[in-house]
Formats: sequence, C-alpha cells, structure tokens
Amino acid sequence: MKTLSVNVRTSQLRSDPSFLGRILANLNYGSKVLLQEVQGDWLRVRSGQQDGWMHGAALSEKEIVINPGAADVERAATDSEIALAGKGFNASVERAYRQRNSNINFDAVDRMESTSISRDSLGRFVREGDLNSL
Amino acid sequence: MDRRDFIKRSSHLLLFGAGGATLAGCKTLDELAVVTDSLGGVIGSQAGSQAQSLLRVAGAASRAMEELDAEQEYYLGRTVAANVMTQYKAYNNNEANQYLNHIGRYVCLASALPETFGGYHFQIIDSDEINAFAAPGGLVMVTRGMLRCCQSEDALAAVLAHEVGHVEYRHGLQAIKRSRITSLMTTVGVEAIRHEGGAELSQLVSIFDGAIDDIMTTMVNNGYSRSFEREADRAALKILQRTGYDDRALLAMLEEMGRRLTPGGTDFAKTHPTPDSRIAEAERLLSTTRRPTTSARQARFERTMRNV
Repeated sequence: MKTLSVNVRTSQLRSDPSFLGRILANLNYGSKVLLQEVQGDWLRVRSGQQDGWMHGAALSEKEIVINPGAADVERAATDSEIALAGKGFNASVERAYRQRNSNINFDAVDRMESTSISRDSLGRFVREGDLNSL
Repeated sequence: MDRRDFIKRSSHLLLFGAGGATLAGCKTLDELAVVTDSLGGVIGSQAGSQAQSLLRVAGAASRAMEELDAEQEYYLGRTVAANVMTQYKAYNNNEANQYLNHIGRYVCLASALPETFGGYHFQIIDSDEINAFAAPGGLVMVTRGMLRCCQSEDALAAVLAHEVGHVEYRHGLQAIKRSRITSLMTTVGVEAIRHEGGAELSQLVSIFDGAIDDIMTTMVNNGYSRSFEREADRAALKILQRTGYDDRALLAMLEEMGRRLTPGGTDFAKTHPTPDSRIAEAERLLSTTRRPTTSARQARFERTMRNV
C-alpha cells in the first residue's frame, strides 16, 4: 500500500468523496496516510484506524520530513521522493523581510487569511444558488 | 528541461498525466556548473575533499528543493498579497467580502487545485480601477471597479475562476527568474551543511526580495503573457461548467469590461489582452447547453452588490 503525505497546512479526511462530505478528522502538513482506492480526483486513504476520503491536491507522493536535519538531507541525496519541510522561503524569511520592509501591509493579508467559510454555510450557499455539489 | 516544467511540476499528487516523474536526472551540466559556481561564492575557498563533500550534500539538498513546494509558494504568496495591499486599500464591506469568499471558495473547489497550503482567500480592493490579482497559493484580490463589470453572480464567479486559473497554473511563480531558483537551491544546501542560520538567512531574504519583485513586476506592471491569460480563461470556463454557473457569463463580463475600460489606461487595459480577443477565443469553448443564472442567485447578487 502506497504511503502519501499531506501537502497543505491542514486538510480534511471526509466521509464521502466530496467537499461537502462530513469531516472525520483534520490532518496536518506532513501527516502520512495509506492509499486504498482512487475515484476520479478523490482518494480513499487510511489515517491510523480511520478510513476516509481526501482530494488528491492535498496529498503528495513525496515523504515530507518535518524539521529535517543533516541526516535527512543526506537521505534526500539518494531518494528523490523526500521533501524537506521548512527549507528555503519560510516564516523566518518572512520575518526578516518584514523587518526590512516595515511599510508593507501584512496585517491586511492576516485579515484576509482569517476569513473562513464553514462547510454548512457553503452547502447552504450551493443549494440556495441551485449549483452543483462538488 | 523546460523552465515551465520546473515550476509547474507541482508537489501535489498528479492523478492524471505524467505524475511521478522526478527531476533529479534532468539537471543539465550547465545548471550544475551554476550551482557549483555560486556554491564556491557562498562557502569560500574550502580545500579539496571538504569542498567536494560540501558540494555533494548541497547537491542533495538541491535535488530535494527542485520545485518551489506548497509551503514556499505560500510564503511568496503572502508577501505578494501584502505588497498589493500596500499599493491599494482594502474595501471593508463585510457582507460583500463574505459573499465574494463564498463564491470564490466554491469556485476553487471545482478547479484542478482545490486545496493549497494556506487555502484560497478573497478580498475586495477599494479602487475604481478595473483590476484583479491572484497571488501564488490563492490570495485573490479584486477591485470594486472590476466588480462593477459584473451583472450577475455568474459573472463574478467567472472573474474569480479566471484568477483561480492563474493560481492553478502557477503563473505567478513562473515570473521568478531562473537564476534566483538556482541561488535558492544552493543556499539551502549550504545551510543544511553548516547548521547555522545567520549568513544564509540574509542570503535567502535577498533572493526572496528579488522573487517578489519578479512576480510584482509581471503581475501588476507588465501583465502575464497572452498565452497565460488564455490558459486562465480556459480554466475559468472549465470551472464554470463544473459548478453549474453560466459559462457565457465570462463573455458578458468581458463585453462589459470592454465598454468600461479606458484604452491606454494603467489598469487591466495595460496588463491584459483586449476583451474582444479573449471573447473570440472563449466562444469556441462554451458548453452546448446554456444554463442561465437563477432568480435566487440574481436576488442575492443584487442584494449584496448593489452598493459596491
């Protein structure tokens, strides 16, 4: 069985292959799941003891190593299926950039990112607008 | 290797097409020479075998970094959006922004890239200019001027779907100069060997700064190529057709934009192909059966957008 890694900050394990499916669990960046079945863009995966569905966009075939050390870098030398989390452009780079550019409006971006639309609210929006379930 | 492949080889799982191929074997001698050169500059003159060993490990880190992964895309996108929001002002109409986020969230779920590291978020900009921006990773900003070109929720969905198309195809990231990616890879390699951050962090920030400039120059000042705009329009039509929105709303919006744009203006007129040429191309890709907007959709659109 193939192991996949969650490739976004948080994604959801769902009861059905649909974004309107019930959320069974939240999985964080780098979490590993086992591939069970593919249905279009959706994958049935096992996370611990739980089975559920995730969209392929949230998963990577690469193993994502959180807090990689020198040994992981060495390992990545012979294994191209490893991705090193937190390398390159990261939170420290943003912090240093902000120190150099104190006029740049990151507050507006933080406010933007704080908007979230619940599954229920989106479901209502889709139904009332006579749109397709995805 | 094509520069486009380099960025587009997204780290998310490709269910169709040539997924699974790795880039490790693709590095040309030229590229390696550049890495070696810049590595020499970074590590100074290290003697013989030590330099070889550093180079080997740096090469390993480079291979692990051969794409800008979702996390790095996220940090680039945040800073691009922060720069846009510095040039412009947010429009703080909570109801309208919530409405935009419902449409945007729904539209992105129908795209080929429904989930990104930090997710999609949408914001109205307080400007009469006709313009819209999609920062890498899914931070989308649309001016009031652009919203006024939309006569229906479906047209609004078309605008957002076009911007989501730019995110999906990673058009922003492709504006980054290749030499910066090479420097980034080298710096990460050196950092991994040294276990100390100072010099490398400052180097990374300089590369980051340059990459942000590249994206801003293309996205805000020069505009994407005609082929990228066409690609985003195609993505938008596909999204509209999946969602059940009227795909002809893209044309209606473009027509309205054509009427409102000032030729030679500094906004969308400057950075996009003419609406007419986009209409001609989009017309060929319309669905055969029309699904016009519904009265419920039109009512909520008018209720929310009438004052915007």
